[in-house]
Amino acid sequence: MIKITSKAVFMDGINRFGLINYAVDGEKIYISSSTTIFKKKLKIEGLGGQTKRMVKKLFQAFWKRFSSNMFSKKSHVKLGLYGPPNGGKSTLANRICTDWLGEEMSSVSHIAHETREINVKEQVNIKNKKGKELTFSLVDTPGIATKIDYEDFIKKGMSKLESKKRAKEATKGVIDAIKWLDTMDSVVVVLDATKDPYSQVNITIIGNLQARNIPVLIAANKVDLKKSSIDIIKAAFPQYPVIGISAKYGKHIDDFYEHLFKLAR
Amino acid sequence: MVTFQFIPYHEIQQLSSAKRVNKLLNIVKEERIVIMEGRLRREEEADLIEITMEEISPKFKGIELSVVYPDKTRQDAMQKVRNTVATLLLGDRQGFTIIGPASIVKKIERNPDKIELFTQEAAKAKKKR
Repeated sequence: MIKITSKAVFMDGINRFGLINYAVDGEKIYISSSTTIFKKKLKIEGLGGQTKRMVKKLFQAFWKRFSSNMFSKKSHVKLGLYGPPNGGKSTLANRICTDWLGEEMSSVSHIAHETREINVKEQVNIKNKKGKELTFSLVDTPGIATKIDYEDFIKKGMSKLESKKRAKEATKGVIDAIKWLDTMDSVVVVLDATKDPYSQVNITIIGNLQARNIPVLIAANKVDLKKSSIDIIKAAFPQYPVIGISAKYGKHIDDFYEHLFKLAR
Repeated sequence: MVTFQFIPYHEIQQLSSAKRVNKLLNIVKEERIVIMEGRLRREEEADLIEITMEEISPKFKGIELSVVYPDKTRQDAMQKVRNTVATLLLGDRQGFTIIGPASIVKKIERNPDKIELFTQEAAKAKKKR
């Protein structure tokens, strides 16, 4: 890790204006670039309050202006899994991680809101049939919902105390998932293909991604089930690519990986 | 008994995003179903979900939300021009938005041209039958 002073970073950052990618993570700013000095991922430390704010603002303005151009040149992207609860986001995250890293990343459950925190797996590297590689950080997010009732968890056999705790954590998870939207480079919206796709949550998620110019792939999950229908999802969101998969059993998963390359192009 | 409250577009037109969202949510928290002329902006819809989550308590369990908006892909060029001009002059008043408290509205089912609102009581009665 290279430690540099605020002034040097500031000036160098400006001089290499067109070549720098950045990410802000809380109090830390991560910079990566194709120029030699910035080739490694840098962690800026020791910046004073005002300078840090200035650097942040400059980079944020820069990012907004050039993000679409820069995205096309990136080899490392932040890929988010978004969708309503119980659509299979964590199952898909586990499938991707098992296939390419040999380990799972999230716990799954038939009870909704099992994922209540953002989970990130760094450096997921996938290859396609042509030998092309794609490296991304996989972000598994809590399911987005407009209502959370702790009594629903009690009905699933949880204690009142556990249910209330789960409901509270779930509300926080939804807020976090929405806040993280801005940080995504591309998103896979995971929908349960056995359910009505015209829910406002789905429309709101996809509409917000569109408003932010974030590329979207829709994964119509659970196609192994008889009730599933990809055609209804395609009809609901005709402007987006839709791929039918079964994350649980790995059905059409190779096609899904091919679509990821197109998404991150 | 279910109470509906109509919010005409001019009532929210001049409000900031935060005030719009709060106004709608306050009505819903009084156990009334909002029928709003037009729709929120996409970012405002996300804000509405976020603020709803912040407000959730044992008494307030969230909202059901649905937007009915004309399918612009089905409009011809003349209709598109007319609607664009109307939006520029009067704001986006097309379509309508329904927001209900989750304690009353069980679900809102939306097909492109049809909207069905199921109340908790209706759902219980259906189960009893």
